[in-house]
Order: sequence, then C-alpha cells, then structure tokens
Amino acid sequence: MRVAIVKYNAGNTVSVSNALQRLGVEPVVTDLPDELQAADKVIFPGVGEASTAMAYLRERGLDKVITSLTQPVLGICLGMQLMCSYSEENETECLGILPYRVRRFESDKLKVPHTGWNRISDLRSQLFEGVAEGAYVYFVHGYYVENGAVTTAATEYGIEFSAGVDSGNFHAIQFHPEKSGEVGSRILENFLKI
Amino acid sequence: MLAKRIIPCLDVKDGRTVKGTNFVGLRDAGDPVELAARYCAEDADELVLLDISATNERRKTLAELVKRVAAEINIPFTVGGGISTADDVGALLDSGADKVSINTSAVKHPEILSEAAKNFGSQCIVLAIDAKLADKAWKVFLNGGRVATDIDALDWAKRGVELGAGEILLTSMNADGTKAGFEIGLTRTISTVVPVPVIASGGAGSLADFSEVFLDGCADAALAASVFHYGQIAIPELKRFLKSNGVEVRI
Repeated sequence: MRVAIVKYNAGNTVSVSNALQRLGVEPVVTDLPDELQAADKVIFPGVGEASTAMAYLRERGLDKVITSLTQPVLGICLGMQLMCSYSEENETECLGILPYRVRRFESDKLKVPHTGWNRISDLRSQLFEGVAEGAYVYFVHGYYVENGAVTTAATEYGIEFSAGVDSGNFHAIQFHPEKSGEVGSRILENFLKI
Repeated sequence: MLAKRIIPCLDVKDGRTVKGTNFVGLRDAGDPVELAARYCAEDADELVLLDISATNERRKTLAELVKRVAAEINIPFTVGGGISTADDVGALLDSGADKVSINTSAVKHPEILSEAAKNFGSQCIVLAIDAKLADKAWKVFLNGGRVATDIDALDWAKRGVELGAGEILLTSMNADGTKAGFEIGLTRTISTVVPVPVIASGGAGSLADFSEVFLDGCADAALAASVFHYGQIAIPELKRFLKSNGVEVRI
C-alpha cells in the first residue's frame, strides 16, 4: 500500500511517519502532485498556524491537488482545520472541503490551547471501529471545528466541538492519533483499511 | 473532561538517564530508550527528556537519541536542554520531538520564544522555569540551577506566555529530588494566573503528593523522575489512586 504524507510547512510528519512505521507501513513524505495523486491513502497532518500554512499550499498549487484527491484522505489537527471553509486564525480562507468555520476557544476559565488527553464520544465513522465510546485521545489546539451534520466524534472542552468529521473520501480528526497510544494506533490502522 | 497528565522525566547525561537531589549528586537510572518504552507501555501520558550533558557533541547525539526514543513511543514527547536558537527547536522537532522545552536561553534571549512560536506554533513551545525560594521570594535560576537571577518566577511565567510559550514546566529547586512533595503554593499561584497549562515538577515522593498538586496546586500535569525510575511508584497504581481520589486521569 502506498501511503503519502503531505509535506508542507506545518506538518508534524516525523511523528506520523513513526506511527505508520509501527504499523508496518513505510510512508512517502512528499509535496509532488503526482506522488500524492498516485497514493492509495493520503495523510494531511499539521501543527502550526493556518494563514502561513494556506499561503504555502497555494504558492505550490497543493490547495488544488488536495481538494481534488479521490482516494481516502485523513486530515489531522491543523490538517482538519485547513480542510474547512474558513478559520478565525488570522482570518484565513481555507480549502473548503468541509462546510465549517474554525473558531477560536474563547474563555476566561479554560486554558488555551486545549492540551492533553480528552474523551471522544458519539463515534460514527469507520475510523473509530473498535474504539470505545469515551476513549481518551491526545489534543493540542487553540482553534476548533464546530459541531455539525457530518461530525463523527464529539469532544467537550468548555463547549462541545467536532473531534472528527467525514465528508466522502475526506476524513478529519482534531486530535493526534500518532500521539494517542493504542487508541490512536487503532484509528490509523482503521484509516489504512478504508 | 480533560485528564490530568502524569509525565515521567528522563534527565539524560552522556546517553544515560541520571537523577540527583536538588539538582546535584547524580546517579545512573538506566537506558533512556528502554525507560521511554516502559513508561509508554505503562500508560504515561507524556514523556519529557532533558539533556543535561554539556559536551560539544551534545547537539548531534541528542538528535540521535530523540530519534530513537520517538520511534519507540506513541505519546507526546517533549525535549529540552541547551536549546539556544529557533533553528535548534526546528532540528529537535524534525528528529521527532513534539514540543521543546526552553529554559536559560529564554531568559537571556526572550525573542527565541516569540520566534519559535511564530515558526512552529505556541503549542510546541514549553517554557521551563527553575524556581528557588530566596528571601521569601521565588526567583528564577538558570544553567541547571547554577546561576541565580533576580527575576520573579510568576512575572517571568506571565511574560513567557505573552511572548509565545504554550505551556509552563515549573520546577521547584527546593523540592527537587527530596521526595517531600510538590511545591503547592507556587504551582497554584502560577497555574491560576497564566492562561496556559502548567506542569508541576520537583518533590514527588508519594501517591498523595500527586493528588495534592492536582487538587490543591491546580496543576494540569505532574512530572517526576526518581519515583518512577527506581520503581517506588508505578504509573498504573498512581492513576488508580488519583481516580479514586477524584482526579480525572486517563486509565
């Protein structure tokens, strides 16, 4: 199986590669359109800031490449947020694959970024097969995707938001499966089986 | 609900895990890669590796060690020790660290926090503060506790967050390695004032010390070394204890 990880200026590609290698898959980390299009699965990771990341993707034409992919795609953390239509982080127009706005956590009481292990519930995606309701996964993010019709997992931190969203061949999760212990490995394994 | 995190810390010198008391009197505690894998299997919530060696070859050997540890574990991984530029931060992230912990150089060159946060995001920038009580005030110490400053620990924590730190790793030098309990007052003061998570460090000796630092000290995470390395406290046992005492933990 050919698994490609999108290489850009906000990807935590090392951790994702390590996690896939533990599952016996040797991914290719690439920003070449041909390699991304030819892969059986594409992972769009991300840690960083939305506007810088989008500018980088547009400069290299990767925005069009990602939106036109037809194989299973997994967006992780910032990758998920960039798949949405718009992010409040520096007022950024994003890829528009998912019909959501990305909002900033606004709270006097809660610490931001939302950092640590939190529970996911209302699980409804192939990604979560074999994952228990209320399982803990690792989050670190200051912006969130609101809950909506295509939400596949919900999490609560002050408010309830989308920990997972599916739309056709695009799957997105806000937490880091590559850093979420055995539960995270299971989710990545499930993605590879889609 | 967000779980409180239990974080074993590997202090590494010349490729081996070491641990001392009040920052001195180091003794060997094993191979860092083996320890990392063990803690991961025991459901540690995160791992911190602090390089305290000071050789010229340090940077290269640290990157190699970070790669080896990162390949073994599937939990968040923070690396610190001798980071002096934003490029150093990038190199450690490229080696597989998820966050970097910056201490001395952040005091000497605070712009490293803003530069690193801008390049890599605040979520991966941990400001490490070694604090010591002197004349009834908590002062910041540098260079592994060897150099005193006149900087107030709370002021520095607030300033560090303004500059871009996404988390504070707060070590009480008075408590470190004593196993007499975490420094509750300072931890609570800083944790309730700064808007980012605070990791309490220094002084863990008993199960009750951990519940105290979460419930009274308002810490978001607790870090310890020797109680875990030498088998005095097992992480699964600690988590069961915390849960039964009303602390939300990942079990």
